[in-house]
Amino acid sequence: MIEFILRRLFQGALVVLGVTATVFVVTRLAGDPVALMLPLSATAEQRAAFSAQIGLDQPIWIQFARYAQDVVTLDFGDSLWQRRPAMEVVLERLPNTALLVATGLGGAVLLSIPMGAVAALRPGGLVDRLTTSLSLLGLAMPQFWLGLMAIMVFSVMLKWLPTSGFGTPAHLVLPAITLALTPLARFTMMVRAAMIDELNKQYVQTARAKGLTLRRILRVHTLRNILVPFLSISGWELITALSGYTVVVETVFGWPGLGLTAVQAIQRGDLFLVQAIVFSIAFMIVVIGILMDVISKLIDPRIELN
Amino acid sequence: MTETLLEIDDLHVAFDTRAGVVQAVRGVSLTVGRGETLGLVGESGSGKSVTAQAMMGLIDVPGRISGGTVRWCGTPLVGEGVRRAPRNIWGREITMIFQNPMTSLNPLMTIGAQLQEAVRLHLGLRGAAARTRAADLLNAVGISGAARRLDQYPHEFSGGMRQRVMIAMAIASEPRLLIADEPTTALDVTIQAQILELLAELQSQLGLSIILITHDLGIVAGLCHRVAVMYAGQIVETGAVDTMFEQPAHPYTQGLIRSTPLLDACDDRLVAIDGTPPGLLIPPAGCAFQPRCPVATAPCGVPQVLTPTGTGAVACCRAGIDAWKVGAA
Amino acid sequence: MGLPMMSFRPLRSFLSELWQDKAAAIGFAVMVLIVLMAVFAPVLAPEDPATQSLLQRLKPPVWDARGSWDHLLGTDNLGRDVLSRIIWGARTTLTIGIVTCVIAAMIGTTLGLWAGFMGGRTDSVLMRLVDIQVSFPGILLILLVVGVLGPGVWTLIAVLSVTNWMVYARLVRGIVSSTRQMPYVEAAEVIGCRPSRVIFVHLLPNLVSPLLTLLILEFTNIVLAEAAVSFLGFGVQPPDTSWGLDVASGRDYLFIAWWLVTFPGLAIVVTVLSINLFANWLRVTSDPEEREKRFARTIAAKRRRRRAT
Repeated sequence: MIEFILRRLFQGALVVLGVTATVFVVTRLAGDPVALMLPLSATAEQRAAFSAQIGLDQPIWIQFARYAQDVVTLDFGDSLWQRRPAMEVVLERLPNTALLVATGLGGAVLLSIPMGAVAALRPGGLVDRLTTSLSLLGLAMPQFWLGLMAIMVFSVMLKWLPTSGFGTPAHLVLPAITLALTPLARFTMMVRAAMIDELNKQYVQTARAKGLTLRRILRVHTLRNILVPFLSISGWELITALSGYTVVVETVFGWPGLGLTAVQAIQRGDLFLVQAIVFSIAFMIVVIGILMDVISKLIDPRIELN
Repeated sequence: MTETLLEIDDLHVAFDTRAGVVQAVRGVSLTVGRGETLGLVGESGSGKSVTAQAMMGLIDVPGRISGGTVRWCGTPLVGEGVRRAPRNIWGREITMIFQNPMTSLNPLMTIGAQLQEAVRLHLGLRGAAARTRAADLLNAVGISGAARRLDQYPHEFSGGMRQRVMIAMAIASEPRLLIADEPTTALDVTIQAQILELLAELQSQLGLSIILITHDLGIVAGLCHRVAVMYAGQIVETGAVDTMFEQPAHPYTQGLIRSTPLLDACDDRLVAIDGTPPGLLIPPAGCAFQPRCPVATAPCGVPQVLTPTGTGAVACCRAGIDAWKVGAA
Repeated sequence: MGLPMMSFRPLRSFLSELWQDKAAAIGFAVMVLIVLMAVFAPVLAPEDPATQSLLQRLKPPVWDARGSWDHLLGTDNLGRDVLSRIIWGARTTLTIGIVTCVIAAMIGTTLGLWAGFMGGRTDSVLMRLVDIQVSFPGILLILLVVGVLGPGVWTLIAVLSVTNWMVYARLVRGIVSSTRQMPYVEAAEVIGCRPSRVIFVHLLPNLVSPLLTLLILEFTNIVLAEAAVSFLGFGVQPPDTSWGLDVASGRDYLFIAWWLVTFPGLAIVVTVLSINLFANWLRVTSDPEEREKRFARTIAAKRRRRRAT
């Protein structure tokens, strides 16, 4: 177990290194950070001074070494836009994103399991066809559009919920639902397919031959057996949520989390803040991956952690 | 004959496939008495396993019971007008073990949990009592160190051991009938003998009736009282084991016996039955064995009915002729 | 293989089996319509998508009391015809989707074939690369790259291709390495078939159907990604049209002109949904076992309904 975690940490370090290197290459080699970060009106002297200040006058390998050092010490410099350490901004916004993702994905997990299981009981039946169609519809809706439609219906027309912002539980409702819909659809499809697969296995026949009711077989036998694949897909959705869904949903609802901050930072050319955000999300992705593997091992004793 | 436990009457099972409706079981009638071991013999595809699944109510889409009834001590379990089978018969009075012990147990639950599930459900035992009972069951099927093994997972057991666990689970509810669907096919020969011996022991200890489904006539000879031979979804011959081995009436039964290496009857050379069983998409109107039968004549084209003989019944208008000697001559 | 190919008869049986599944048939029909719409955009669109008209600003759709037949789906804040923009938007969406999918699939298939065929060290290095890139923070990284390089259609295609080749590599590599261990392939190698023959005769036929299905499913992912990136302002730029871009520009008028956000978004939903419906059907149809199961379920459902009545 320890050896496995160490090995995964090493692999995770490779991922983080890959991400930081990509960011470095993209920002320093492909683009011109000075032009990106300073306004067009800046004079040549100002540009040169800024360039020296952030070390761009140094050879590229020294730049990378200093950048790597920043990454290791978690010091990404000051955000130009917020005028304070970038990491501080990240840590301030992170809980908001966490709240949104936890509510949305948590809801999706809790709803999808019964929905998928009921659909799997009678494949091809009315409930199944309804669930499948709704899931396919859910997967077809872009989140930014869904969010805007939700604002239009529930905030503008019905005036039930606030259009955007942050602070009260009412502010959380629409963003969380918008964020949840795609994962909900994906989870439901997955639970349904996996359940159908499981129900066709021989051990289910054994359980039925024992005289167990179908409900008990679902709850005790098959549910446990789809947990491992379910866990890996929910880990995957969690990663996608952190690096994709939140960017869109937070932008639509003006939710002050990492995603919105990232978009604003990129628009403002605030490279240091962007680096800090990308790094933190890559780091979280790695940690989530390792956690998922460890939990899977705890559920399924047959999994060899290699 | 002793008290009848299970009675199958004119059972039909069909499977819906894209190619058409496959008639897997076509009018099977059987009875099993108390304490009796019935062998259900046939090659793969003859419908013996499907018959067993129908007895347990395990027929699922794409299959369906298309006719006939299954009754337990007079109570209908399966058939016309049975919307929901009475509880506490399947799994309690009738239990079943399957062909492949490697996949028959839930890989993510401990052996103990799976055994206790049956014990709790059928004997109403809980907690420590259920665990003790589960350990007793493991002992009864010859697994030592039961207390420790209860906490192990199926992948820590060998195939033979898993089949023992399956048997332990099947006798947990103190059933009256055990259906064993090819219980030894997936096991090594030495392990096969052990499992069969265990079944025989349990039968005499518990007064169990057994339906043993197999394609291996050697197993039938050693364990069963009565045999039913299936071919192409129908029973072609039934009878007491001894009589049938000495004087098989149906040409197919004769062929089966002649193509099986039996230790005590090795004076004849083995003879193979040429050809393959008919497809059951469009079942033959008359005798299904006719195309492969060396003594078939014109009347074989009409449906054959099981007709009583001295000790059993046979569905063949040419019954009793020594088909394969004639054919070889 | 169940896929529409060359001659007439397979096409007929393909269509008649498709017809059995109404949802998939509708999906397929809509898919074809959207493709036609994109191809014949210049003929179909009633107006030029970029023509502005200050007098015709924010007109509602035709069925609204203030709407007119001149603009079936209304006009936007610059007086541009919404319907025409949607028709032209189909072009952008399909082009970006197809080009990206083809590039990504080519990169992925090549690397997957290479990894699966070479095995050993090459395989583990390539697959480790896939693992690492799969854990990259998706859209966020795309935004960063586009933000630095400057937005544009070709930047978008390049970035989306480079971030989406991994699924193909995984699929191809998985099939190749498992097929290679099949007795019939081993037998072919034992009797001395050349590697090229092994690849073309034994491996490729196993790849076609799953690759095609994956390609269609991935296409919807690209459509959604393009829309999202364009919505955020990092994708297609004016004066080009894109459904995501139109939703973004309609956003400011959410309170007074509901049609600006609704229709381009609906276009995305309809496109993705119809492709998904068809792809879902295709996936089952190209797998003989699944196909058989689907048939049995349909029969069983019919029988239940008959019994219920």
